[in-house]
Amino acid sequence: MIAGIIVAIVVVLLLIIYISAYNGLIKGRTYVQESWSQIDVQLKRRNDLIPNLVETVKGYSHYEQSTLEKVVGLRNQLINTPSDDHQATMAISDQLSNSLKSIFAVAEAYPDLKANQEYTKLMEELTNTENKIAYSRQLYNSSVASFNLKIQSFPSNIVAGIHHFKTSDYLQVPEEEKTAPKVTFDK
Amino acid sequence: MLFEQIARNKRRTVYVLAGFVLLVLAIGAAIGYVFFNSYLAGLVLALVFALVYAGIMIGNSTNIVMSMNHAHEITSEDQAPELWHIVEDMAMVARVPMPRVFIVDDPSPNAFATGNDPKHAAVAATSGILDQLNREELEGVIGHEMSHVRNYDIRLQTIALALAAAITGMVNLAGNFFWWGGGSRRDDDDRDGGNVLQIIMLIVSVILVILGPIAATLAQMALSRNREYLADAGSVELTRNPQGLISALKKISTAEPMKKADPSSASLYISDPMKKKSITHLFDTHPPMEKRIERLEKM
Repeated sequence: MIAGIIVAIVVVLLLIIYISAYNGLIKGRTYVQESWSQIDVQLKRRNDLIPNLVETVKGYSHYEQSTLEKVVGLRNQLINTPSDDHQATMAISDQLSNSLKSIFAVAEAYPDLKANQEYTKLMEELTNTENKIAYSRQLYNSSVASFNLKIQSFPSNIVAGIHHFKTSDYLQVPEEEKTAPKVTFDK
Repeated sequence: MLFEQIARNKRRTVYVLAGFVLLVLAIGAAIGYVFFNSYLAGLVLALVFALVYAGIMIGNSTNIVMSMNHAHEITSEDQAPELWHIVEDMAMVARVPMPRVFIVDDPSPNAFATGNDPKHAAVAATSGILDQLNREELEGVIGHEMSHVRNYDIRLQTIALALAAAITGMVNLAGNFFWWGGGSRRDDDDRDGGNVLQIIMLIVSVILVILGPIAATLAQMALSRNREYLADAGSVELTRNPQGLISALKKISTAEPMKKADPSSASLYISDPMKKKSITHLFDTHPPMEKRIERLEKM
């Protein structure tokens, strides 16, 4: 009788551990997927903004045609990259970020462009999108870290094995972002 | 890490709450013993006070806090694109819903957050902070506020404040009874037997009544300072950029005090808006700026 109760308690406890481990894994995987879709949304948003940017700065003929062509080219390349190839998508996205930075850098030399309201608005929009891409990539990597930890640590690793949960890959962070940025505060 | 921290803070909230409730009940019992010759009357009194204060505090909604601090809400990103976008970024990384955004027209740089849980949170920034800080500094500040939201700090502080207020309220009431010569204690003839235990109980009770409010305030302020450190660390966890917050705190600490801040909301702000000076720091709502910067620099 007592043995029976003990066995029942143990079974119930194991079941609770199993279920909570499984739910934890599902939650971890959802977080990873969610954070990828965050990145995806921002990439699409940026793709939508780029034609406007090109249109706005085109009038300022000092822009090297090649810079603009490069941005448009990368944008089209990004659109054609399958979204589930995370590494390739992010590699192109990083190149695009750099090209956009050079457009902004050129704009610094033209006060009338900087005074253009349309341009100021676009610049804030694009800065916002770039920041959101960076932050959602950070969120993605931290979600992957905690998901992978769950898959590898006891007792959820057993549950992960039974249900074939697989660890996710981190997104590569571009070389320049790895070192903490040295910021100068001019204000 | 993020989720474990939230769980730990929720747990800690329960501990603090339990300890505080015990203190309130103990002081209530002590007052009841000293002045009404009944523990039970004191306990009932304590419960009534705590419930009334908790009711007031919970009813003290976001809108009231915001209007006390002369904040006006912005409802679209066009009104303050940079602030709006930064709040969006920080809410995303902290995995909390987008809070409401407010601006206080005050040239002194400061910011605060309020709301009992992340779903009802609001973030306010002064016009001064928007003018004086660059994007990375503002990210650090908003990250700090978003950490308060994520850590349920506002709820924790609200509860602590309600309990501390309940203790003060009870002691004041007891003081009035004492002043008017009330209290049946000294008129009791049947207790003149000199029971040592009773005398000890009486002394303990009086000490509790005298020290209770101070203990409650000290605990409340220590809690508040601790949460500031935690929010600083949380901000760095969100932005991965301690320099931004360090630079922001330096700018905030050298600025003039705020004019439009409500003194009772002082502990909500990222930095004490009144800028009062103290020597011991025991009753401060915020840790000294140098210590906060020192800890950030070690990250």
